[in-house]
Amino acid sequence: MAVKMSYSDAINDAIRFAMRKDESVVLIGEDVAGGAEVDHLQDEGAWGGVFGVTKGIVEEFGRDRVIDTPIAESGYMGAAVSAAVTGLRPISELMFNDFIGSCLDEVMNQAAKFHYMFGGKAKVPLTIRTIDGAGFNAAAQHSQSLYALFTHIPGLKVVIPSNPYDMKGLLLSAIFDDDPVIVFEDKTLYGMKGEVGEGFYTLPFGKAEIKRSGKDLTIVGLGKQVYTALKAADQLAKKGFETEVIDPRTLSPLDEDTIIKSVQKTGRLIIVDEAYPRCSAATDIAAIVGDKAFDYLDAPIKRVTAPHAPVPFSPPLEKLYMPTPEKIIEAFREMVGEHVFSAL
Amino acid sequence: MDLPVNDSGRIEDFFPTLRILDTQGHVINEQARPEISNDELKELMRRMVYTRVWDQRALKLNRQGRLGFYAPVAGQEASMLASAFLMDQEDWLLPSYRDIPQLVWHGLPLYKAFLYSRGHFEGGQYPEELKAVMPQIIIAAQCTQAAGIALGLKKRGKKQVAFCYFGDGATSQGDFYEGMNFAGAYRAPAIFICQNNRFAISVPVEKQTAAASLAQKAVAAGIRGIQVDGMDPLAVYAATKKAREHAIAGDGPTLIETLTYRYGPHTMAGDDPTRYRTDELTGEWEKRDPLIRFRFYLERLGLWSQEDEEQTAEQARTDVDKALKQADRVSKQNVTDLLGFMFEKPTQNIQEQLDAYSAREGDQR
Repeated sequence: MAVKMSYSDAINDAIRFAMRKDESVVLIGEDVAGGAEVDHLQDEGAWGGVFGVTKGIVEEFGRDRVIDTPIAESGYMGAAVSAAVTGLRPISELMFNDFIGSCLDEVMNQAAKFHYMFGGKAKVPLTIRTIDGAGFNAAAQHSQSLYALFTHIPGLKVVIPSNPYDMKGLLLSAIFDDDPVIVFEDKTLYGMKGEVGEGFYTLPFGKAEIKRSGKDLTIVGLGKQVYTALKAADQLAKKGFETEVIDPRTLSPLDEDTIIKSVQKTGRLIIVDEAYPRCSAATDIAAIVGDKAFDYLDAPIKRVTAPHAPVPFSPPLEKLYMPTPEKIIEAFREMVGEHVFSAL
Repeated sequence: MDLPVNDSGRIEDFFPTLRILDTQGHVINEQARPEISNDELKELMRRMVYTRVWDQRALKLNRQGRLGFYAPVAGQEASMLASAFLMDQEDWLLPSYRDIPQLVWHGLPLYKAFLYSRGHFEGGQYPEELKAVMPQIIIAAQCTQAAGIALGLKKRGKKQVAFCYFGDGATSQGDFYEGMNFAGAYRAPAIFICQNNRFAISVPVEKQTAAASLAQKAVAAGIRGIQVDGMDPLAVYAATKKAREHAIAGDGPTLIETLTYRYGPHTMAGDDPTRYRTDELTGEWEKRDPLIRFRFYLERLGLWSQEDEEQTAEQARTDVDKALKQADRVSKQNVTDLLGFMFEKPTQNIQEQLDAYSAREGDQR
């Protein structure tokens, strides 16, 4: 049975399923209960995080399992890592992915390396939930999409769900995965509604989804940029051009096969990513395809990304900064050349 | 085994709250009363009244969508302005996002503060002579920077001080300890001013730490710590004056904890303070209002009148309107502006993007 719920509720639902299923699952972070630590609000209930995503979870599971922390990212992330190594299955919320600057050591040098350094004997079943994404007028230090940073680090799994259904299944996979996983929640998608499986289900990592089939062009859209890609595909369809749109869903592991097979069919690839362009997921995918499917390419691979500059706070400027369907079509025009494009 | 255990002394007892004026503006601690001229007293009052009026206008402007990010300041005027009053023009200011008043009184033109709120780059382009860094968004990151600036001042033989402002929430961060410890180790001339407004957004200070005071956190760093009534302008002034003298004398940094309260929300971005604070608590703090008690005190000294009050408020309203108009006149931003600021000289990939965006922006014109 499927039910309609928001991206935000899908997260809440997944966490509840996990916490009911396994006593060792705990939720830790800043304001994850929210107000539960204020005495006079005990009975009234808590709001559950800066966007209310974890609302109601403390009522169901209590404060032993839903732990509000002081503003100390290094402190609670370190605690979550070591709790994971010694038997818990923590879900640690890094409020904004931008705050990784305050606790990168705990993630990069500790969580990601324990399994390797203990010769496979230590398990780190840690899930980090974190908020990313621009388009919310949250300025340079609250709007980044830093998934490439984590994809670069060996030992971490990186998940970028673009819709409620994927979010629930991938988050449950993350929580019950025995390795450290970081799940990115795009803040602009929280209100997005979609069909979600009612019961407990998981989705495999490293399995992309083809959102739309086509034979003339492949667009890989990362996170919410899959929707920008779909809009561009609609516009290109009006010109009689068939675009295949792929949502990779996880960056580590990455479903290379689906992307390469698609490029083998279409001969053209655009990657749409709102993150910075250098050493990015988009660049990585371009390199992999260049390496493994070069002979199939009819045109250079194009990346439609943010400029290599921080996310601006000014709302009109932020709009100009983001990838758009128009920018994708512009990239496509460059790929096929003016004569082909205008003949369409 | 019999190890010596010290469980008799309560460390917070060494950090009593310094209060000089009571809520009715009577001097209750004559001994601690700082030397301050009548003109200075008047100027401090003027700044507090002016700032209160400007803050009220800013809230309205924010609701109308004419300002962007804004963290209300009402209630914290004494903590902010009586401490910053001790700043020499050449002293350095490291504010948090709420500490816009100190920035403005230290020399940031008001229209630039508004541009900062709107996310315009000109809001970050400070006048050459202004010794300040941008309002810090990342909690406690300014604490280590204060240590560095102070160390630099010392190395260059400047008789200047770094004023570092943050809230109670920042004392949970490692950077807070690291900054204090580092500044202490080098006897760097820094003043760490913790405005304890009792709530890190919604989390009360009692739930942030087991320490009974925040001032006592100075002990571990080996620096001076003092707790003051942050609603008492004279107490804040006295503690800061002393701290600055120590810093200049080479005696190292001081941590000042000001007990204060913000009447409004954490920011205008959407938290509802009535959900995490009781009306009784807010009412209690409003009775301790810094403007009320300072007004009483100055009126008794014959230094402040209703006319002064009205003139100051009128001036603030006029200045805000003028600043807003000035902010409105600034040209709109483009992506090429963003890219142009990335490096002193654009690198190859930035130049390519600059060219591409220039062409696009040219098309739009």
